[in-house]
Amino acid sequence: MTRKSRRLWLVGGCLIGLGTATALTLSAFSSNIVFFMAPSQVHAHPPAADRTIRLGGMVVAGSVRQQKNGDTPVSQFDVTDGQDAVTVHYEGILPDLFREGQSVVAIGSVLADGSFRASEVLAKHDETYMPKEVAEALRRSGKWDPRYGKAPDAASWNSMTKSATSQDKAAPQHGS
Amino acid sequence: MGRNETVLNATPSLAARTGNFFHRYANPGRFLRLGARLQPWLTWPAIVLSIAGIVWGLFLSPADWQQGDSVRIMYVHVPAAWLASSGYMGLAVCSLLSLVWRHPLADLAAVEIGPVGASVTAICLATGSLWGKPMWGTWWVWDARLTSVLVLFFLYLGHIALIRAFDEPQRGYRAAAILGLAGAVDLPIIKFSVQWWNTLHQPDSITLTAAPTMSTNMLWPLLVCTVGFTFGFAAILVARLRAAVMESRVRTALAMRRGRAEAQDSEPDLSGAVA
Repeated sequence: MTRKSRRLWLVGGCLIGLGTATALTLSAFSSNIVFFMAPSQVHAHPPAADRTIRLGGMVVAGSVRQQKNGDTPVSQFDVTDGQDAVTVHYEGILPDLFREGQSVVAIGSVLADGSFRASEVLAKHDETYMPKEVAEALRRSGKWDPRYGKAPDAASWNSMTKSATSQDKAAPQHGS
Repeated sequence: MGRNETVLNATPSLAARTGNFFHRYANPGRFLRLGARLQPWLTWPAIVLSIAGIVWGLFLSPADWQQGDSVRIMYVHVPAAWLASSGYMGLAVCSLLSLVWRHPLADLAAVEIGPVGASVTAICLATGSLWGKPMWGTWWVWDARLTSVLVLFFLYLGHIALIRAFDEPQRGYRAAAILGLAGAVDLPIIKFSVQWWNTLHQPDSITLTAAPTMSTNMLWPLLVCTVGFTFGFAAILVARLRAAVMESRVRTALAMRRGRAEAQDSEPDLSGAVA
């Protein structure tokens, strides 16, 4: 075995060892690496009352109540992961991207009654990038309502918006 | 250019006489000739494509339906992020070549990739932060994607410091190559962080396995920016590498002349003529 191939095996072995060690560490700490807990996880393993956690999920359509307490806006909304929902109370200004159907991450703690008091609310946008006109056309055609779920595949936008303009106003339907 | 060529033409004979110093350079002459030929083919596409992509992205492409005009930060942020990772991939390959085959050009390339890669990583982090504040509502969160890219930035900084930390360059090259290879485990973590764990950062819009979840009139300027920035990265790298090779040749030439001058003691100091 030449010195070069010995060095190659040594480097390869070290890398495999290091990679395995990293993979094991990451999988062991996986629950600490996740940025937020889903509502169903919060229900399954309720955290201690004073512990600050991050709760993530989608804002349930029709659940947002907003009022003013003096100058600060007070809002209440439900966050769901599809299986379970948690009611979030928040005092303060919501981010611009906050809307019904948007994914959000609320930072705060669980109250005794099972609801959640947030000290901070972050909006999480998805990986879909769509021009305003396309979104408008999809909404008009009734093929997609942003309050109820993710946008359809980008590949289908063309045909969907084309049929929207030709058929004009189809009956709006909420689904998916 | 003229000055460089005189140095180039003067060196082969010098190199031949100082064989045991120069054997470290696999074939610097060939690299310099290739680099000089390659340079304009990297620099000009970089300038033209970057300007075209930026103008297309910032002024002509549509605004996002929910992010509005803020989405335009993407045309800088995403290419910078891709280059940060692929630059480190290049660094890791150089490290492997250095450790196993003791390739001298790989050592020099590793020295030069460091600052360029650290800069694009800093651009990626800064633009990401500027994007995060209006959209997410925060400059920074410790989620897996953001943290792993910050680790990448520190790996670059560590590599830059380590490779220059030794009086004898060879020891720095070896130590930094080990760091460069070990740090490569961060690359899959960055790539898959948004799939393995839930993060505030959204998953990738453009993947090898699925159709992009992006309108084509946003995708094209993004691709043009990416190609332009990549050419820019390569152009800066080749320019730095050529300068590094020339610098080491000039140093050797100067050392040679000084050595000869001391030995003969009659020859006048010619170092001023070259420098």
